[in-house]
Amino acid sequence: MSVLVYIDTLGGTVTKNSLGAVSYGAQIGSTTVVTNGRVDASELEQLKNYGAEKVLVNRSVEGADASQLTKLIVAAAEQVGADTIIFTNDLTGKAVAPRVSANLKAGLVSGAIALPEADGSIKTNVFSGKAFGIMKVHSPKRVISLTPNATEIKEISAAGSVEEFSPEVGTPGVTVKEVKKQEGDVLLTEAELVVSAGRGLKGPENWGIVEDLAKTLGAATACSRPVSDIGWRPHHEHVGQTGIAIRPNLYIAAGISGAIQHLAGVNGSKVIVVINTDPEAPFFKAADYGVVGDAFDVLPKLNEEIKKLQAQS
Amino acid sequence: MKFLVCISKVPDTTSKIDFTDNNSKFNEAGVQFIVNPYDEWYALVRALELKESLGGSVTTITVGPATDEPIIRKALAIGADNAVRINAEPGDAYFTAHQIAEYAKANAFDVVLTGKETINYNGSQIGGMVAELMGTPYISLATKMDLNGNTATLEKEMVGGVEIVEVNTPFVLSAAKGMAEQRIPNMRGIMAARTKPLEVIEPVPCDDLTSFVSFELPPEKSEVKLVDADNIGELVNLLHNEAKVI
Repeated sequence: MSVLVYIDTLGGTVTKNSLGAVSYGAQIGSTTVVTNGRVDASELEQLKNYGAEKVLVNRSVEGADASQLTKLIVAAAEQVGADTIIFTNDLTGKAVAPRVSANLKAGLVSGAIALPEADGSIKTNVFSGKAFGIMKVHSPKRVISLTPNATEIKEISAAGSVEEFSPEVGTPGVTVKEVKKQEGDVLLTEAELVVSAGRGLKGPENWGIVEDLAKTLGAATACSRPVSDIGWRPHHEHVGQTGIAIRPNLYIAAGISGAIQHLAGVNGSKVIVVINTDPEAPFFKAADYGVVGDAFDVLPKLNEEIKKLQAQS
Repeated sequence: MKFLVCISKVPDTTSKIDFTDNNSKFNEAGVQFIVNPYDEWYALVRALELKESLGGSVTTITVGPATDEPIIRKALAIGADNAVRINAEPGDAYFTAHQIAEYAKANAFDVVLTGKETINYNGSQIGGMVAELMGTPYISLATKMDLNGNTATLEKEMVGGVEIVEVNTPFVLSAAKGMAEQRIPNMRGIMAARTKPLEVIEPVPCDDLTSFVSFELPPEKSEVKLVDADNIGELVNLLHNEAKVI
């Protein structure tokens, strides 16, 4: 098997999700990585610890035009004779993987959550996390887009030589006019720990207790749909069916009742802690741990107890 | 401006998810079907708003059997001018995208819109595939769109923020939250929808590249472990020593 993994390094860094995709590829076959953007060679160096035999880097193609990225990735797939092409199922993966699939007539498995079985079948997330689908690809080539944080990141050592790669990709059809960056330290889609809150917090002025706990844990902050709809929190923090879906190791939800639409965005989390004054809140049925209590009382206590634990270790 | 909106039939959000035929098929018994919410609330409504201010037409396209017609009529009731149904079981995303791209190319649409994903298979595949097959730009997960002549300005999500981009027609987009608000069809719309044109077209030959061989339900979640609000130290202990997540 010859595998090509596309990773997005536009921010100049290699993310944990990218390391996951490279390691996933290396467990399938001999893996080449293709990437674009202004990224330092030293940053790409680490890919050799996760199974990259070769890294092809293009510093001129910007990410905004999915058709240019498609040409770059298709050219790389031809150069290395790849039969499996892997993406992370994130914003860039969703824009580019379907194009690459249609271009190469290579069946696309989106939202994979496990390595391919011996018969080639791959487990995916369907019905907004309420079921799994076992998918088979019938074409000679295949494209897999991997759900972030769904598979174990294995360290595998390989050559990892970095080469410049500049195939013909045409001119961009999409022009970027402006970029608005989000505030905050930890990216929600990358976060292993997430602290989230809903209407139970009663107003945006009360988010200090959520942010304090997130800071202690090194967690990202998130919120429910009503909270972003009424403008207490920015839209990019909204997790759920219409917002973003996340799969952190720990999801702490305070003052969120747990409607089915909210669960669709978080039910892939490994451990869910629910804090709610209402013992009948539906979220308790989806939780691993629960506290029937007031977020204003419980969140500061939790923060103190975690600080105590951190002081011990 | 000619808009083509891709409309998919999906089980209602609150449907019980269950499978039959040795777990190979979704159990449709007792399930209510709806227009995929992202196709309806965001893609269709934004196309209608732009048509109302700029002129033009809104056509919907659905790949599916005759049993899809009630949801197609719903889209017409909301305000689409006419509808097309490709008379085929929607195989995989590639098959579906191929049918849509062939129709869109033959009828010179300016903007092709899809929802960000369907709520059943969550593939987010159709828009990108249609764009590639048509050879046009693709704006994925667009949250705003305005048109000025043949130039569109769109806002789209990016990692850690939003990006404002410009693109010329023709192009394809997938619509996400922010694009428009849900519209409830009124009685006049529902009456008018009955007589609006719904053209049925036979599919062009195309093989599926993928298929689902079976489905599984997630294991039952074990009972929640409740911790007393006066004993949060115990919660931290469980998260550290039992769940090992902190």
